[in-house]
Amino acid sequence: MSNFNSLHQQRRDFLKASAAIAGSAMLSSIPLMGHSSVNDTIKVALVGCGGRGSGAIDQALSTKFNLELVAMADAFKDRLDECFKNTSEKHKDKVKVPDDHKFVGFDAYKKAIELADVVILATTPGFRPIHFEEAIKQGKHVFMEKPVAVDAPGIRKVLATAEEAKRKKLNVVVGLQRRYQANYRETIKRIQDGAIGDIVSGQVYWNSGGVWVHPRKPGQTEMEYQMRNWYYFNWLCGDHIVEQHVHNIDVANWVKGSYPVSIQGTGSQAWRKGKDYGEIYDNHAVELTYADGSVIYSQCRHFEGTSNRVDETFQGTKGRTFLSSNNAGRLWDQKGTMLYNHPTKDQKNPYQTEHDELFESISKGEYNHWDAEYGAKSTLTGIIGRYATYSGQVIKWDDALNANNSLMPDVLTWDAKPKVLPNEEGLYPVAQPGLFQWDKA
Amino acid sequence: MNKKLILIIFICLNFSLSAQELKDYTQTINGTDLSFDMKAIPAGSFQMGSTSGKPDEQPVHTVELDGFWMGIYEVTWDLFEPFLYKDFEAVKSNDGKIPVNVDAVTRPTKPYLDMTFGMGKAGHPAIAMTHYNAIQFCKWLYERTGVFYRLPTEAEWEYACRAGSDDKYTFGDDESMLGDYAWYLDNSDGTTHKVGEKKSNAWGLYDMHGNVSEWTYDQYADDFYVSSPSKNPVNKPTKLYPHSLRGGAYDDDANLLRSASRLPSKAAWKQLDPQIPKSNWWFPEAPFVGFRLVRPVMPPSKEEINAYYNQAPIPDR
Repeated sequence: MSNFNSLHQQRRDFLKASAAIAGSAMLSSIPLMGHSSVNDTIKVALVGCGGRGSGAIDQALSTKFNLELVAMADAFKDRLDECFKNTSEKHKDKVKVPDDHKFVGFDAYKKAIELADVVILATTPGFRPIHFEEAIKQGKHVFMEKPVAVDAPGIRKVLATAEEAKRKKLNVVVGLQRRYQANYRETIKRIQDGAIGDIVSGQVYWNSGGVWVHPRKPGQTEMEYQMRNWYYFNWLCGDHIVEQHVHNIDVANWVKGSYPVSIQGTGSQAWRKGKDYGEIYDNHAVELTYADGSVIYSQCRHFEGTSNRVDETFQGTKGRTFLSSNNAGRLWDQKGTMLYNHPTKDQKNPYQTEHDELFESISKGEYNHWDAEYGAKSTLTGIIGRYATYSGQVIKWDDALNANNSLMPDVLTWDAKPKVLPNEEGLYPVAQPGLFQWDKA
Repeated sequence: MNKKLILIIFICLNFSLSAQELKDYTQTINGTDLSFDMKAIPAGSFQMGSTSGKPDEQPVHTVELDGFWMGIYEVTWDLFEPFLYKDFEAVKSNDGKIPVNVDAVTRPTKPYLDMTFGMGKAGHPAIAMTHYNAIQFCKWLYERTGVFYRLPTEAEWEYACRAGSDDKYTFGDDESMLGDYAWYLDNSDGTTHKVGEKKSNAWGLYDMHGNVSEWTYDQYADDFYVSSPSKNPVNKPTKLYPHSLRGGAYDDDANLLRSASRLPSKAAWKQLDPQIPKSNWWFPEAPFVGFRLVRPVMPPSKEEINAYYNQAPIPDR
């Protein structure tokens, strides 16, 4: 069990933290009502049937436990149908979704959640807070994708819901899969045991070429266009500093064992301009300052033709480390002597490990997963990074956490207008540092 | 002139051209400042396989090949990226435009991950592309240049790597010399390197051993040599896995860099792709995979070219 120590550490950290909560119950490994036997079928609902949702349900149904997919929900019928077809072909005995348990539209999630024991939340990030809130309200275990929100009000909802999940002993796994990847677990465990001393600085990167575009189609409402091209709109995506770079930022917070107290940075649309690319920036360079004065530098960009990297490095008082999702995990002492080098080949798939561990806990009736709090706080770190690059201001953690600038449209229908709209030339407003007010909606 | 006469002249011209013109050349890409070098590989025969390697390298058998050209270097990101990113191709084009026929080529989905894995771009081999992706790059090049480029067959690759040698490596059996010719586990520092920094083999090809494992066109079969035809053999691919790769990579030990060593591709190289259906274009867990180009002496017919380039991707769920 390569994951044991890490889980154990996570549990220890959590218990330490929760001991401060007056009257908190002993939480770990208490058998729960319900799935006390592996012979019971665990009913799963999938909310969000795109490429990632299809991947997540495949991983859930590929665990060794007795699962059935019983309900599906998506804003778009075509996405749901394609996912149903692909999932049925691969797991035909485990897909039990009659047509009247396929729910389409903005409110589809509620009905799908009702029918399940465990809910997979894999829609675009903007909806995550309301979906997570509903799932926990209905008493369901949750696997939810990262990021878990796109703005401060969403983060507050997720943090409040995380507390309710703890009270109800509902397992919550967040798809920050580096937390379930052996190179990260093994290397960071050694860092936390002091292998390279105290972490005084670091650099985390997601520099890549950018993602897909679905060109506007005749007859599409603005709402449908934005929903199909969700990556380029903050109310759905949060910008790539949140949607993608949250992975690397989360590693920074994990290695530091805390969250930044203030954040400043700079960014722009430099390469990727035009009406296909909505309102998001294509580059952000951000400083994360922690309570002990240490600074982690964070850089993410979507450029073509430039050098790329997606990885994390940190410097300690006694050495340094390099980590990447490509299974690298290396530690060196101050003289450059390698202390640890995690094997990169024939490693387990972390996306599968997330589900293996979640469903093992659920099938044994144990409470072992409370990822929502760190998921929310690492997501907030990325959101504050966006507030900082858009505004050009230095932003304190607590100020950002309490901001009231919800990006969510007031009405969610296909004819309703999102808050950000294109001008006559089809171009969307892009934040101008010095003018953009990060704490106003 | 009637069409028949034109055809006859064309065929004669083509034949005489191909017989005489098998010499090294530089392929330029019109409208850009991109180019790459091709090495003439003469027709001939060689002993394919090894008695001292793994069972899939046996039996050693005689193979006879027509002449061809082969890329002196592995395909680099400099060439590959204009194919990957249409916007970038437009920027790299002298007039900022992309010809209509080139525009029509299906391009890779933009990878969510960084497919250089931080190992460098300029001068470095393009990596982590699927077999299908590598063939579609050849199609893009064909639309760009009018010249039919394709992947080497396994036999062509080994023939070109050996360059007349029957030994373990192109330079002989002495493993201690490998570092002069190749980037591999002992000297690579865990990363790809710019192409052409080590010594070439006797036929002027660089990095045949090491740096990145190179795609061949062939379906991998561990028993293919038992029944392989002797003249221009190829095990035509019909399944998504496995295809055969050759030459070993920066993260392989010396044994996997041998001229006869064969590497089958694996579905697990896509496990870090979190989406379903999985991408036809990328292997997020195979940063050690690249390729180099081949051009046959006798260009195939238009129908054969279309058949080569236009095979629908096999879905990967």
